[in-house]
Amino acid sequence: MTTHEVQTGEEWTKPLPKPDFVNAEYWQAAADGRLLIQECPSCGHRQWYPRALCTACAADTEWLECSGRGTVHTFTVIRQFGMKPFRDALPYVIAMIDLEEGPRIMGDIPDGDVDAVTIGMPVEVFFTKAADDIGIPRWRPATE
Amino acid sequence: MPSRAPDRTPVIVGIGVSDYPKAPHLDGVQHHVLAAQRAIADCGIAKAEIDGYVNAGGGGGMMVDDAVTMAEYLRISHRYIDGTMTGGSSFEFHVQHLASAIRDGACDTALVTYGSDQLSRMGRRLGTGGFQRAGQRVAGPVQYEVPYGNSLVGSYAMHAQRHMYEFGTTSEQLAEIAVGVREYASLNPNAIYREPITVDDVVSSRMVADPLHKLDCCAITDGGGAFIMTTAERARDLAQPPVYVLGAAGAQTHWNVSQQPDFTSSAGSQAAPIAFGQAGLTHDDVDMLMFYDSFTITCLILLESLGFVPKGEGGPFVAEGNLKRGGQWPLNTDGGGLSSCHPGMRGIFLIIEAARQLRGQGGEAQVPDCSVALAAGSGGWLSCIGVAILGKDAPS
Repeated sequence: MTTHEVQTGEEWTKPLPKPDFVNAEYWQAAADGRLLIQECPSCGHRQWYPRALCTACAADTEWLECSGRGTVHTFTVIRQFGMKPFRDALPYVIAMIDLEEGPRIMGDIPDGDVDAVTIGMPVEVFFTKAADDIGIPRWRPATE
Repeated sequence: MPSRAPDRTPVIVGIGVSDYPKAPHLDGVQHHVLAAQRAIADCGIAKAEIDGYVNAGGGGGMMVDDAVTMAEYLRISHRYIDGTMTGGSSFEFHVQHLASAIRDGACDTALVTYGSDQLSRMGRRLGTGGFQRAGQRVAGPVQYEVPYGNSLVGSYAMHAQRHMYEFGTTSEQLAEIAVGVREYASLNPNAIYREPITVDDVVSSRMVADPLHKLDCCAITDGGGAFIMTTAERARDLAQPPVYVLGAAGAQTHWNVSQQPDFTSSAGSQAAPIAFGQAGLTHDDVDMLMFYDSFTITCLILLESLGFVPKGEGGPFVAEGNLKRGGQWPLNTDGGGLSSCHPGMRGIFLIIEAARQLRGQGGEAQVPDCSVALAAGSGGWLSCIGVAILGKDAPS
């Protein structure tokens, strides 16, 4: 089991996900420092985001815990945003991350120099606890 | 006289636009209505003849300007209705659906409408604003995106960033698209931005989401459009020359940007061969392009994924001026969404302007000897691509 840093203590003022029957475990795992994707026990297909079926063969899926390591597939620096609280956080980086396990996930790279982010950059996950049952996966340059 | 089966080849006969770019005297419903009135007047068909109605909805939402509400408002006794909503490309999908419906006899004469008062009602926050309140819990697939504060511009910017990384595409090359479309806007008295611009103007404009500058982004306007499709048979004694639907196809790769399988391509690569196959034409037969220019990168990816140039070669190709006035494939002769009119879902204007050009009614912006036009709508985040190939002459 790979548990990553979970930042707590700051009130989450951004919009939140809404856990449901399918994804509650995903958000809860993130609150506990673990990143999950889904893997199909029938055909082996892996996917993100969580769904109630395998998108390749329609079977039920199982959870697969990730290493939390990936690389930046593409990104942007948001320099204009019309609404709070994001407006107050400008500029910030939104990125698509290719996970070691295969699927691609959206996230942000909230700390550090926005101009230092590059495609192909190795990154690792951390989480911000947004509610008791919700952790938000986020990314920072890999340390090792 | 020998009997002859009526010619049910689908054609576009009436086109209309409401008032744009800013029309504070109209709400969204009125944009639908005004455009419909003008399309009906344009071709001279009786309103009572309309037996098909198609409407993707606008900014008003369910029970305001969706298909069934507007069918009632307009009092259209339809026997064919379609509310397909694929974002800005909805109208190219509508052409695809109506071509089949008219050929099959599901309806004879159909009206398609769109309207939005987005600029007057909401201002310019669409591209760079969120729709969710702080602290709000959001259901559905967007819940995996909204915590981060991505914007609509940011989603397209991630496509541009990846395209630059893989192929060496530059901001200056993208800027050429905006410059070319602006030249056409300067010929359109209604266009929201008419002052000619240079590549330098584009790349020195404010960065909104790297690498997209303000002038890489479409305008936000009010506006509405409508078109009427019928059979070639019925079109014979109408006021306008018919525009033939030679091919129409659509495809979808994803909806939310997080699920985009390839940030340098689009479902146009699936749709275009189908549309060209139906038309029996090749890219070289196309005289002008109407692309959904939500952003400069949208046009570049459409150009490549529709097969007009090999993947990765779009940047140098546009820098040579091939999409400009007088170039090989003049692009967005009404000034496009980049500089003329972008009221939320622009795809209907692609059909309307292509028809205007094929009729030879393009005025100063007329493409010489224009007999085949290709309209390609992009809906969502390069998610749903609809392609319509339209012609001045009947298919052979």
